[in-house]
Amino acid sequence: MEQKFQYVQRLADAPLILGQRLCEWCGHGPILEQDIALSNIALDLLGLARNLLQYAAELKGEGISEDDLAFSRPEKEYQNFLLCELENGHWGKTILRQFFFDSFHYFFLNELKNSKDDRLKAIAEKSLKEVTYHLRFSSEWVIRLGDGTEESHAKMQEALNEIWPFTGEFFQVDELDLLMEKQGVAPNLNSIQKSVQQRVAEILTQATLEIPEGTWMQKGGKSGVHTEAMGFLLAEMQFMQRAYPNMQW
Amino acid sequence: MVIELKQHPEVWSVLEKVADPEVPVLSILDLGIVRDVNFEDDQLEITITPTYTGCPAMNVIATQIRMELMAAGYPKISIKEVLSPAWTTAWMSEAGKQKLKAYGIAPPQEDSSDKTALFSTPKSIICPQCDSTDTEMVSQFGSTACKSLYKCKSCQEPFDYFKCH
Ligand SMILES: [Zn+2]
Repeated sequence: MEQKFQYVQRLADAPLILGQRLCEWCGHGPILEQDIALSNIALDLLGLARNLLQYAAELKGEGISEDDLAFSRPEKEYQNFLLCELENGHWGKTILRQFFFDSFHYFFLNELKNSKDDRLKAIAEKSLKEVTYHLRFSSEWVIRLGDGTEESHAKMQEALNEIWPFTGEFFQVDELDLLMEKQGVAPNLNSIQKSVQQRVAEILTQATLEIPEGTWMQKGGKSGVHTEAMGFLLAEMQFMQRAYPNMQW
Repeated sequence: MVIELKQHPEVWSVLEKVADPEVPVLSILDLGIVRDVNFEDDQLEITITPTYTGCPAMNVIATQIRMELMAAGYPKISIKEVLSPAWTTAWMSEAGKQKLKAYGIAPPQEDSSDKTALFSTPKSIICPQCDSTDTEMVSQFGSTACKSLYKCKSCQEPFDYFKCH
């Protein structure tokens, strides 16, 4: 039970942290429609994180709530992909980060909906409908900006060189993944890798962007070793609970 | 998925009064949010399902269900939220679609195939103001999670489309 708790909590961390990041765009999007789109995506991701954290809290018992898990953990206990915590940068960088996450997330949920765990299966089915829209949206923007003006292309290529080393982490398998896969709870990460890479390659080609070669791939999210950006993100996200412990909204 | 409306019609008629807080012309029954009504002795259990994962209206809806039912004389109420089967616009009633259109929101068009395809050719959505099919999508994401933003090229009016889900 402890292991399943850990696993479900880990699944929640990626949408939680990325959702938090996307919220920073609220009121600052380049134009109204883009602002609204990112807020919508953030809302979907936070909703997903809530569903998962509610489940994790139930598995844990001991009177733990979803809010305890979201707001009262130290940095080392968050297991999101490092990609999710990266700073927003400009619009193109945010979109590219979103595109990589969506590409993984779409194929991951597509497999998770075959989980032997009924609760995860239901959560995945529900979210997949929404993530399909996310992937379509971010793909279209990557193409538009990559294959856009000279300036937008240059900015996207620069963002790609920066983000690329953070895209290997989706497929790093650890003991917990293996155990959950053996129990039929988790998808096999290797089996979705090909679909994700194919999708990514297709869109990047259309966007006339080039994948950097021979780069070192970052890792650490799954073991709670984060980038320097994470502390600032948590300081913001956890502010209320730290200033007023156990406060109620 | 057909809901059995015949059991406890008196409860369903109370639930009919609860409006969706974001699209107030629709009742929660029009939307298909209420999945089941059940009595365990004198405890009334209402099962609801969210339209979208992060729908912020769910808490408001649950509170309003409670208030209406208590006013109608049901003191013991529990509200259960389920995710499966996942809500779909196919559960929206025909009356609900007509009300949406009258309110200025284009109702979901079931023949759309945009649920699974990653790059689908957008179909023509009918303008709720002038019924023209000469419309174009401005943004996939609209004022709430359930809507997209469109523009009518005949009457020049922008409008919301309740997207198929
Ligand atoms: Zn029109």
